[in-house]
Amino acid sequence: MNITELTVHELQDKLKNKELTVTEITKAYVDRINEKEKDVQAFITELTEEGMKQAEEIQKRIDAGEKVGELAGIPIGIKDIICTKGVKTTCASKMLENFISPYDATVMEKINAEEMIDLGKLNMDEFAMGGSTEYSYFKKTKNPWDLSRVPGGSSGGSAAAVAADMVPWALGTDTGGSVRQPASLCGIVGLKPTYGLISRYGVVAFASSLDQVGVFTKDVQDCAMLLNVVAGHDEKDTTSVDVGPKDYTKALQKDIKGLKIGIPKEFYGEGINPEVKASLEEAIAKYKEMGAEVEEFSLDIAKYALATYYIIACAEASSNLGRYDGDRYTYRAKDCKNLKEIYKKSRSEGFGAEVKRRIILGTYVLSSGYYDAYYKKAQKVRTLVMNEFHKAFEKYDVIVTPTSPTVAFKLGEKSNNPMEMYLADICTVSVNIAGLPGISVPCGVDKQGMPIGMQIIGNKFCEETIIKAAYAYEQQTKFREKYKPTFKNK
Amino acid sequence: MPREDYEVVMGLEVHAELSTKTKIFCSCPTSFDAKPNTNVCPICMAMPGTLPVLNEKVVEYAVKAGLATNCEISRDSKNDRKNYFYPDTPRAYQISQYDKPLCEHGYIEIETSQGKKKIRITRIHIEDDAGKLNHDELSGGSLVDLNRAGVPLIEIVSEPDFRTIEEVDSYLKKLKSILEYIEVSDCKMQEGSFRADVNVSIRPKGSAKLGTRTEMKGMSSFRSITRAIEYEIGRQIDVIEKGGVIEQETLRWDEVSGKTFSMRDKEDAQDYRYFPEPDLVAIKLSEEYIENIRKSLPELPESRKQRYLEEYKLSEKDAGILTSSKYLSDLFEKASEICGNYKAVNNWIISDISRILNETEMDPIEIPFDAKQLAKLVTLIDKGTISSSIGKKVLEELFENPRDPEDIIKEKGWIQISDEGAIKEIVRKIIDANPQSVADYKGGKDRALGFLVGQAMKETKGKANPQMLNKMFAEELKK
Repeated sequence: MNITELTVHELQDKLKNKELTVTEITKAYVDRINEKEKDVQAFITELTEEGMKQAEEIQKRIDAGEKVGELAGIPIGIKDIICTKGVKTTCASKMLENFISPYDATVMEKINAEEMIDLGKLNMDEFAMGGSTEYSYFKKTKNPWDLSRVPGGSSGGSAAAVAADMVPWALGTDTGGSVRQPASLCGIVGLKPTYGLISRYGVVAFASSLDQVGVFTKDVQDCAMLLNVVAGHDEKDTTSVDVGPKDYTKALQKDIKGLKIGIPKEFYGEGINPEVKASLEEAIAKYKEMGAEVEEFSLDIAKYALATYYIIACAEASSNLGRYDGDRYTYRAKDCKNLKEIYKKSRSEGFGAEVKRRIILGTYVLSSGYYDAYYKKAQKVRTLVMNEFHKAFEKYDVIVTPTSPTVAFKLGEKSNNPMEMYLADICTVSVNIAGLPGISVPCGVDKQGMPIGMQIIGNKFCEETIIKAAYAYEQQTKFREKYKPTFKNK
Repeated sequence: MPREDYEVVMGLEVHAELSTKTKIFCSCPTSFDAKPNTNVCPICMAMPGTLPVLNEKVVEYAVKAGLATNCEISRDSKNDRKNYFYPDTPRAYQISQYDKPLCEHGYIEIETSQGKKKIRITRIHIEDDAGKLNHDELSGGSLVDLNRAGVPLIEIVSEPDFRTIEEVDSYLKKLKSILEYIEVSDCKMQEGSFRADVNVSIRPKGSAKLGTRTEMKGMSSFRSITRAIEYEIGRQIDVIEKGGVIEQETLRWDEVSGKTFSMRDKEDAQDYRYFPEPDLVAIKLSEEYIENIRKSLPELPESRKQRYLEEYKLSEKDAGILTSSKYLSDLFEKASEICGNYKAVNNWIISDISRILNETEMDPIEIPFDAKQLAKLVTLIDKGTISSSIGKKVLEELFENPRDPEDIIKEKGWIQISDEGAIKEIVRKIIDANPQSVADYKGGKDRALGFLVGQAMKETKGKANPQMLNKMFAEELKK
């Protein structure tokens, strides 16, 4: 038995049957990290020693006959944008290189309440800005399917760590596709829930009206299980919504007869790689076979989503990142003569190029004289995008698109071309703009064996519907049994 | 052009700290004199990842202020971010309100020597206060204290309806008293919980076009507001008379030099990049909510003044002074109720207490003694335990070190001597010691009696009952 290849629900079964102990499980993951991290480079901060200690303590209590929670002792990895008390939270930025949060994010409190074992803080694009994790100040994470390629981003460390079996599951954040796109590029499941389903308290803000915590798992069942843990209203986040108690594992049903699927033709046209398109068409055919009603429709407004996204996201980011000014917990430039110089030099030296690009863009669109033409107009388009999706969901239960227009690209291929990098988000941003839930599930590989992801979009707070659609498909196609990362091109 | 030919146009922006127990976006206390950086948490220190949660009391207090100043209350309001870099603003943005304030289109009626006038209120909005920068003598640098960061404020913006300093003064006092009455702010100017920025411009009388305005900040008392305006009007006239132009700028008033200084150079023209605060949901108020607050509004200065005229038959002037401050009028009512002599209480407040407040530039709310102590003072005089001149000394003592007036007079030995035997003894002693004066009196010089009484008062350190002294001397000298 290869422990690290198991899903969490499989690990749970083995724990229940006493086939495995918590210590054995954690040890297996720590060994795996020690083996693979040098190739994959997914971690900014490893917590393997602390994790082993925690596992031993939990095991002691189990051995003493104490009843522990169902997820006690299950390892997890956390994107380094989620605040963890007493441990560095860097956002992959020089600016926060030494920032240790004095408090836990609400999602971390939930993870800790379950006694899950945090094995480390995972790499990402600086402040979650990017689609390849190449904009991390610390390191470039590699795609476990091909080490010469990117894992996607911004939550590339989370996706790669799960794909490489270094953690059984992980948390990420998704502002424009940062969970779904790397999940797609790394051949795993990634869910971004409805805006407001998971508390943002303690999640370092990039774009407040778009940011949402998401989960990376090996299969859809684990996805529902982890969502059960992290979802829920939080008084500390007034944008979080109280939808009452829910058990998402109840949505794990194989029968999807009569499920109405909308196929927006704009997501299958220009810019979409033919192999990706072919793989999606196969998946859609599978859905038809399973008894779903599939219909093509037009979501014309989606073509404006990317521009809208970059205006709103950058505007909010330019304000959210103002607090990193050299004053307190951030990097401070040396030899500053006055306050203005502290600001200028600390921010010039502490932020990477992409972050500065977005701050400048966001500052510009909010400037007096430009506000109406950019920010205000973008907000209007945002409303139109929401309306169009709303209309579509009057007809369809789910909308199916590719998650990413291409498979994982080579390291360095797009990192010097911001526009091309932005286009990597083209299939995912409209979901954030509209505040909807979206899940990416693997639906095949291209000729070079690189995974392709299918995005299933649902109506607001209809996570159950997309989980069901994803689960039924997964059970039919068994991607995990057919394909595995090869760690090639070392 | 002579100075009288210029018309002054002024508008006011008043910031009042709300007296909520906790801050506007977190649950830190708002207490004033805590040690630096102790009333703080990750939220008001703007740690990465933190989010604001709007304190409902802040909305309630702002709505109260709006209703008390005849504003329309917005059913649909929101918060906006005002972005700027400064160490006292750890988020690098203030959470304020831009285009949808909670209250709009109100007014306050003021009274000056020119009669009554309505001053229009443009808007009242909620926002968070900044922290404080304290100059550090040791390092020469600045130390940031974030205790005040996140203390709730309302900003009350008036229309440019002021033409004289008297109007400004009257408006500010009226506004302050309203906020005190509805108990949303303690309005302590010294502690900065009531601050006024003044926009000043001048134009030739009769001109319809407004002149360029400057905004003055940093005045910490009514007196400095008056001084600052006087200075700024003079400065603007001088600039124009010399052929110059007024620059639109923000000026800082310096109390020590009595001058205004430009706060920042033009290169730094601020663009606050306001946009809706995405971390907070819209503020939607129901009719019922607003009505409930309207019903809960306490008696306001106008109606209380009217009541005093009718109930106590006080003079217009006295009723005006008493009701100008909720604290003063509460003191009046409570002390009157305890001692039952409202006329005496009124007199104490109108004359001696008001005089001391003026002399010490003290705000009524800072009066250190309470109604019970004032009532006791009145009762002690009424009962003849002390004379009214001793009463004045007791009052001064109450301001210095407030305690039960009975204890004060015991401690100080100020109890009036009204014992007939004791008085007789003193009178005899004085008569024996002053044969010349006695002879003068007997020789028809009435003034000599005054001298003798004075000597007796001196002997008793002012404690002898003066009526009894007079009577007793007259009797003894007849013998």
